[in-house]
Amino acid sequence: MAVTRDEPIKTDDFDVIGTSPVRHDGVDKVTGRALYGADIHLPGMAHGKVLRSPHAHAVIRAIDTSKAEALPGVVAVITGADFPDPGEHMTQAGEGGAQSIINKSADIMARGKAHYAGHPIAAVAARDLPTAEAALALIEVDYEVLPPVMSAEAAMAAGAPIIMPDLRTDEDGAELDGETNVSEHSVAEEGDLAAGFAAADFIIETEYFTSPVHQGYIEPMNGTAWWRGDGTLDIWGSSQGHFGIRGEVSELLLIPVSKIRVMPMEIGGGFGGKTTSYLEPLAAVLSRKSARPVKMTMTREEVLKATGPTPGTREKVKLGVSNAGKITAAHVNLYFEAGGFPGSVLGAGVITALSPYALENMRVDGYEVLVNKTHTGAYRAPGATMSEYAVETAVDEACERLGMDPTEFRLLNASQEGDLRVDGLPFPKMGTVETTRAIQDSAHWRTPLEPAAEPHLRRGRGMASGYWMNGGGMSSAQAIVNADGTVTLREGSMDIGGTRTSIAMQLAETLGIDVLDVIPVVPDTDSIAFTGVTGGSRTTYATGMAAQLAAEDVLRQMVAGLAEVWGVAADDIAYENSTFAAGDNAASFKEAAALLDDADILVTGKTSIAPTRPGPAIAVHAADVEVDIETGKVQILRYTAAQDVGTAIYPPYVEGQIQGGAVQGIGWALNEEYWYDDDGLLRNSTLLDYRMPTAPDVPMIDAVIVEVPNPGHPYGVRGVGEAPIVPPPAAIANAIYDAIGIRLRTLPMSPPRIIAALANNTKE
Amino acid sequence: MVAELVTGKTLVSTTINGEPVEFMCEPRESLLEVLRDTLRLTGSKEGCNNGNCGACSVILDGRLVNSCCVLGIEIAGSEVTTIEGLATADGLHSVQEAFLEGAALQCGICTPGFIVATKALLDKNPNPTETEIRYWLAGNLCRCTGYDKIVRAVQQAASGTGT
Ligand code: FES
Ligand code: FES
Repeated sequence: MAVTRDEPIKTDDFDVIGTSPVRHDGVDKVTGRALYGADIHLPGMAHGKVLRSPHAHAVIRAIDTSKAEALPGVVAVITGADFPDPGEHMTQAGEGGAQSIINKSADIMARGKAHYAGHPIAAVAARDLPTAEAALALIEVDYEVLPPVMSAEAAMAAGAPIIMPDLRTDEDGAELDGETNVSEHSVAEEGDLAAGFAAADFIIETEYFTSPVHQGYIEPMNGTAWWRGDGTLDIWGSSQGHFGIRGEVSELLLIPVSKIRVMPMEIGGGFGGKTTSYLEPLAAVLSRKSARPVKMTMTREEVLKATGPTPGTREKVKLGVSNAGKITAAHVNLYFEAGGFPGSVLGAGVITALSPYALENMRVDGYEVLVNKTHTGAYRAPGATMSEYAVETAVDEACERLGMDPTEFRLLNASQEGDLRVDGLPFPKMGTVETTRAIQDSAHWRTPLEPAAEPHLRRGRGMASGYWMNGGGMSSAQAIVNADGTVTLREGSMDIGGTRTSIAMQLAETLGIDVLDVIPVVPDTDSIAFTGVTGGSRTTYATGMAAQLAAEDVLRQMVAGLAEVWGVAADDIAYENSTFAAGDNAASFKEAAALLDDADILVTGKTSIAPTRPGPAIAVHAADVEVDIETGKVQILRYTAAQDVGTAIYPPYVEGQIQGGAVQGIGWALNEEYWYDDDGLLRNSTLLDYRMPTAPDVPMIDAVIVEVPNPGHPYGVRGVGEAPIVPPPAAIANAIYDAIGIRLRTLPMSPPRIIAALANNTKE
Repeated sequence: MVAELVTGKTLVSTTINGEPVEFMCEPRESLLEVLRDTLRLTGSKEGCNNGNCGACSVILDGRLVNSCCVLGIEIAGSEVTTIEGLATADGLHSVQEAFLEGAALQCGICTPGFIVATKALLDKNPNPTETEIRYWLAGNLCRCTGYDKIVRAVQQAASGTGT
């Protein structure tokens, strides 16, 4: 691990930040004691199951649930008729893009039409799962099957089947007339595109395709609800944001948020996919109807078929480049498949597509198109991986044409503080140059690739950059000083992978105490102030900042209390090296806590904030691959991932985020895809056929931490989690080109595609 | 058409984590269902219920198995070790220590399966190579870590074995 820090914000010798304590929730997780949503057992609990549409596109003429209701052991059956009309307004529980609540309601339980195979049509609660499953088979649904439309291209063609007859295109803010599957066309533009292309010495124009891919969290979606007789509701689930679930259930079922309490269960991965509700509202309605707690869990097949993967996309990229190696103009067209309902991650795709570069003339056109696939959601740096994959591969073509090292080209064109993003906002301070240099200077980049040992193996090297803007948003923290000098830290962010500790470390740093003397707790939604979803790489930044400010509040209160105890002026008390001192009086943090406790002075620091300067993350990756031209298999030989993380609070988990994100990106590049047949049915809905990377598929991932502190955070934190998934598809596509001399322009670059590309190449 | 449910519970006597256990189970119930729903040993996780993720890994008579692919009635007279059986009153198992110290978990849902699989590996092969570790763990999916720190934790646990 290499660390470079350019300018520390507060101090260069942190006591806690940058160390590697054992995480607070670690023992529970290595012993099997940690409780996830599916581990809940409640008294008298019934089990719920969902009846899903077998058709990709169908009108639901009638549903007859009477036989299911009559089956012994069935306690409730529900359909769309059991859900209220939630009205028309936009909701945004997670980071999957704003969606109208009425569409969200029709997505979790169909109203009159099935928009994709797997769309919920009805749900049953019964005394056990086999009875619930038997009841599903007794529900009679009369479908009028319609032809499905399965790609953005087909959905935009004249005469295409229309998925939502009331849908009108939002044409950059104005509503167009006429039936359509295009829900949105947005435009972001800066400078003079025509002049920029006219100034170019050459033009690169290419087109790319990507398939929907799933977040692949190992814990399937689940939701358990228990409606009390007094109209209040408890929910257990698997969510990146319990306040988001509370809000969504409130909006969907028209009950006030104050009547809903969502429990903070451990969460078995989310990656953006668990920022919205699927089962919780269904379990709630089943629970109300049956007057029992109802637990629902999805099978893996249901997870793949009917929760939001990232959109399949098509991208057209046009770059104008000068012989000196400057991009003079860039135009990108993005076509994102939203799935069966409007609302997608298109906006982030538009913003990120060109952001590694400082451009004077640029335009991104984004089209969001409905298709008969499951409604898409957010997946780690949502939208960015697809759009930047296209641009980063086109840039590689420009470098090849120029005969220029791709790291040099990126340094020459790097976006920096003050340059404009395509939506007109100036970039804040960020480490585009530093992170590119980290790769350029890495042993990996400087060591020539050794040739392959066998004639059927070809080796190549590639690199690519990735930009992600990171998020801020609302966060709350409360720090309670205990009599023994430990501090209970209550904070509202669901912890997906170590944030209890990365947040506690910021509190401990400010308080000058040992991080193991902090007891971090994520309470339920009744027991801490609002905190947004754990997404957008915001948690260590925003909730960490809340904890840091709560710690300052604690110190102020302790000083005020000691002033009373010691009979001195608060201004005369200094706190240095973990010791409060005023004249002859001195007390360590722990001694002070005891003194205050003896004097009946209680100290609780608290903050609720919504910080707005998260500071973007830049990731630059290098990959060495070996392509077997007989089988088409691509093996990753070496992989280096550099990233500007601002300040690495908890280095092993910073590395872990970078490594995990890179490997998800490798899976996206090489194997993962949704296979739909002509009827619109998903044909690879198991973890055998939806092929995520396994341990033998990947090498060690060398994470290089670059630290360009974020001026928008007291300790310089930038979000880390999302950016590392962005570069791998392009870095690997560029490496495969280097190995076999063929540009693959469709993801994934799986063995059949490599073999086909090699065969086409020989024919030409 | 409704599939006829084969019902009728069988009494099964077995040993789990060194203790004699008896439970009633339907012929169709998997060992994973028995562990999680009947015995409330929820440390074994369900990620796929069809043998493709390893989150439900347990050791059955010395063999690493996916408990979602074993029937509850099959374990009569057997010895089963689950994640709950690794730590003792004296503390964590060395593999648990290595995962904890090595930051080899993020969300933790795959962790019980990896730890049980690692124990099964090191019981057989105390000094595996990196390649042997990676292939042995090919049946366990982790979506968070990219495997780097998991493989290193296994190496750490192995080097600690017997020393
Ligand atoms: S749950 Fe048993 S292998 Fe996935
Ligand atoms: S730590 Fe989350 S799946 Fe492995």
